[in-house]
Amino acid sequence: MAKPFERIRLIVGALALAVLIAVAAPASAQQSGAPVNPTALSVKEQQLLQELNRIQGRGTIPDVKSYVLEQPAGREWRHFHEVTLRWIGAIAVLAILALIVIFYLVRGMVMIKSGRSGRRIERFNGFERFVHWMTASCFIILALSGLNITFGKPLLLPLIGPEAFTTWSELAKYAHNYLSFPFTIGVVLIFLMWVGGNIPNSVDAEWIKRGGGIVGDDHPPAYRFNAGQKMIYWIVVLGGGTSAATGYLLLFPFYATGIEGMQIAQVVHAVVAMLFIAAMLGHIYIGTIGMEGAFEAMGEGSVDVNWAKEHHRLWLEEELRRTPKGARAQPAE
Amino acid sequence: MARMKFLCDADRCIECNACVTACKNEHEVPWGINRRRVVTINDGKPGERSISMACMHCTDAPCAAVCPVNCFYTTADAVVLHSKDLCIGCGYCFYACPFGAPQYPKVGNFGSRGKMDKCTYCAGGPELDFSKEEFEKYGSNRLAEGKLPLCAEMCSTKSLLAGDGDVIAQIYKERVAKRGYGSGAWGWQTAYRETIAT
Repeated sequence: MAKPFERIRLIVGALALAVLIAVAAPASAQQSGAPVNPTALSVKEQQLLQELNRIQGRGTIPDVKSYVLEQPAGREWRHFHEVTLRWIGAIAVLAILALIVIFYLVRGMVMIKSGRSGRRIERFNGFERFVHWMTASCFIILALSGLNITFGKPLLLPLIGPEAFTTWSELAKYAHNYLSFPFTIGVVLIFLMWVGGNIPNSVDAEWIKRGGGIVGDDHPPAYRFNAGQKMIYWIVVLGGGTSAATGYLLLFPFYATGIEGMQIAQVVHAVVAMLFIAAMLGHIYIGTIGMEGAFEAMGEGSVDVNWAKEHHRLWLEEELRRTPKGARAQPAE
Repeated sequence: MARMKFLCDADRCIECNACVTACKNEHEVPWGINRRRVVTINDGKPGERSISMACMHCTDAPCAAVCPVNCFYTTADAVVLHSKDLCIGCGYCFYACPFGAPQYPKVGNFGSRGKMDKCTYCAGGPELDFSKEEFEKYGSNRLAEGKLPLCAEMCSTKSLLAGDGDVIAQIYKERVAKRGYGSGAWGWQTAYRETIAT
């Protein structure tokens, strides 16, 4: 009895083993046959770049900004800096210079029609003039050192050679960095001390309609600041404010923004600065050789009463009303 | 002349940072400056990859194009180098660089940038080869000794390859063919405007 039972047990055991092997065999065959693809899940460079235009990960050094692996956007920024900006700057600056020259040849200096009265009235006090000239002198150095970054390489470098150009450019860089502070303070003070007189009003509409007296011999009335001056004021406040803000983003890298932010900041900084320079050329022209009696306002602080009568009649009336005895009006020397 | 390139085989990089250490030691790179670094993408997740990155010595290098004082030059081996005597530390190369390679020592007040420092492909600078000045400014000049960049030479898994572009591309291609996979030559499209077909 024992023997047949043992045989059955053997057969059952063998069958069970056979089934096990049969079930297991395809599984192991699969493992060795089909290729394993370890990169199936792996991050793909092109895909990452398409999604974000940058690839960022994690690193082991303390320099967190170095965890950005790749950022090809510099290519567009490069095109802006090397091509677009030069066109914008050249067109803005040269066009305004050409306009000024043509205008000067056609119109000449705007004279005080009724001649000088000999009586003078204070226009800008000492503090106002200090702020103006502090801002203005900083602006000129900032403009020249800034233009050097854009135009120095093609224009100045071939003339003076690489060593001299580097010496000058390094000085210019330091001047640009350090003088940004008094310039910014100047812009803030200009904003605060003249904002009252620079809110656009209905007089400005009339002034603009009559061409501001720039074309023809007309002298539309104006308060302390006419529409043209208000325009300059807002260009200084907004342009100066924007270039200061974007400039500080570049001066203090990575405090507020990464590379992409700095690329945008540089674009804004450069474009605003170019337009700013163009506008200031116009401002310098009309304040010096463009108009008789204008420079004195910022130079000495006072203007001829006839000049005030022609260019800022409403302001003069206001001043005389406020000081009926002409306390602010100074006698001629 | 060879066209020198870097190639990091991301499927082999184990993020050991030996390349970073080798570079820092070989050139006595000061604290706070890293000419080479390893970045891990998707760290800790399936499919994470580490890539060792330094200056890729781009074709038509954007840093050189935007430099306002033209302090960059390309050697006969297509290595992009610069003169620290001419650099004014303006930071423009850093805005243009796709790989974050330029580094600036913090000197002076408010984050003012000093002379830019970056990977030289172990090829020194414009100074006389092996001179003291060259070493102090740019580090050692292995290329002039007939040696390749130390980062790649030290790479324990031979993930980071340096050498003639065609040769290392061929090595990579053969590797990929043999093992059956490859996630591509990271940065090549951006740096050299070409990829390695595998």
